[in-house]
Amino acid sequence: MTAALPRWSRMLGIAVLLALLAFAIFGPLANLFLWAFAEKWYFPNKLPQEFGFTFWGRVFAPRGNAIASLGTSVWIAILTVIVSLAVAIPAGYALARLKLRWRGLILLAFLLPQAIPNLPVYVNIARVFYEIGLNGTILGVVLVHAAHGLVLAVWIASAAFASIDVSLEEAARNIGASAWTCFRTVTLPLALPGLIASAIFVFLESLDEFTGTYFVGVPDVTTLPLLMFNASMGGNYQIASITALLLLVPSIAFMLVVERFLKADVLAMVGR
Amino acid sequence: MASSSRIADPDGSADWRSYALVAPALAVIALFFLLPLALSAVLAFRSKNGDFTLEHFAKSWDLYRTDLLFTIGIVLLSTVLIGVVAIAIAAYLTLGENPRAVAVLRWLYRWPLFIPFIVTGQIMRTFLAKNGMLNHVLIGTGLIEPLAAQSVLDWRGIVVAFVWKQAPFVTLLLAGAMASIETQHIEAARNLGAPRWRVLVDVLLPQVWGTLLVGLVLSFVTMLSVLSVPLMINPNSPTMITVDVAYRINTHSDYAVANALCLISLAVAAFAAWFYLRHASRSVMQK
Repeated sequence: MTAALPRWSRMLGIAVLLALLAFAIFGPLANLFLWAFAEKWYFPNKLPQEFGFTFWGRVFAPRGNAIASLGTSVWIAILTVIVSLAVAIPAGYALARLKLRWRGLILLAFLLPQAIPNLPVYVNIARVFYEIGLNGTILGVVLVHAAHGLVLAVWIASAAFASIDVSLEEAARNIGASAWTCFRTVTLPLALPGLIASAIFVFLESLDEFTGTYFVGVPDVTTLPLLMFNASMGGNYQIASITALLLLVPSIAFMLVVERFLKADVLAMVGR
Repeated sequence: MASSSRIADPDGSADWRSYALVAPALAVIALFFLLPLALSAVLAFRSKNGDFTLEHFAKSWDLYRTDLLFTIGIVLLSTVLIGVVAIAIAAYLTLGENPRAVAVLRWLYRWPLFIPFIVTGQIMRTFLAKNGMLNHVLIGTGLIEPLAAQSVLDWRGIVVAFVWKQAPFVTLLLAGAMASIETQHIEAARNLGAPRWRVLVDVLLPQVWGTLLVGLVLSFVTMLSVLSVPLMINPNSPTMITVDVAYRINTHSDYAVANALCLISLAVAAFAAWFYLRHASRSVMQK
């Protein structure tokens, strides 16, 4: 049927559909942007009555809550990356290269935290942490984030190791390199892009995590997502929108560069 | 030379050192994931004096059955809509004849991919509100009267937020799967005069069905346990089970009913997984 339509009308149809999709995607983002720079915005005005940076000044005040929360968030995310990768790199290597009985079962165990609703876990871990004094501590939040981030890290690290040509490692071993030297000088550098990708994934997941921190972090650990939530629930849309923009920057930057780190050959090995 | 990709000790049994490499990661999962999960099952079935009981489930059903049905409805509807959007976009990316439109679409659809749920909640809270941009645009283009403007911050807002956030993820998976189908299949069908929608239904979809199901089941389970979006868009009853769980804990310290609710949502997720496995095994049988 469509072939009978004149060319220009089909082009127009495509253009209209793309414009609608663009509105569906950028409309909400634009609305957030407007709120972030609104000084005054009362119903029924279509646009803010005044634009300005007063709220930015408040957010970025040297002793403001937002700067402290940003610091807490980044610190937690860095620690989460360190903990996750420290255990995920050896595990990923073993899963990709070494003989393991019950390998399928082990891989399944590393799938669970992504495949099962996490709410029961957060609720009960908060209860346990409360009893042993880990609730409201950075360490408690890092452990909760790491148990979740670990999963992606193991899968990506394992895929990254599996995509390396075995003959390169064998060549190194044949000319007398020890297993450790071979891993350090051949395997690790070759797997590095994939490992960096998994580090970024874990970092972002931790930075954006809300539910676990909501239960385990209270009352002392306020990350950026919690600050945003509190501001929004308190009706302070400017502060909430500015905080949301801060959280958007790394997410969108990563979306734009993800394919440079996660090459098709690594993606093809995920889950093998 | 071992042709296997596992180089260490190709013939012998597994080395204890391989397990030592996996052990720390498994320990983290066991301690901070599996243990609390098991605790959830114990607490949901234990009465005050330690006996086995179903009273917490009865209480959950009495208090929250509307929310439970509401949750399943919202998540199912969102899953269906995500599937429709993902198929439409991935199909155009694969079969579209206008290269410029394909390029624009490829650039456009993935923006929300890594935006967290909590930020999506805040974005939609402003966009869908009565004085949000959606209503202003609808009024400005003359589609609705100013007095007809209403807030969409109820179940519809939750669905919009879920679809907005999850559709790019499923689209990415689906478009990748479609791109790996051999172009000869598509060209052969096109040469035989099949219109594009027939190519989609008869050639593309049967080959990417598994990928689509994985994406949709993962999205279903993810959406089931999102707390931030319903909390920000519509925290008042009827709302999602996750909000009730948070309420039971924060207001009543009632871990028993909270865990019973958690187990019910786990059961719903398990049902989704069972549905997926049944389909996956059927498609394996067909091959």
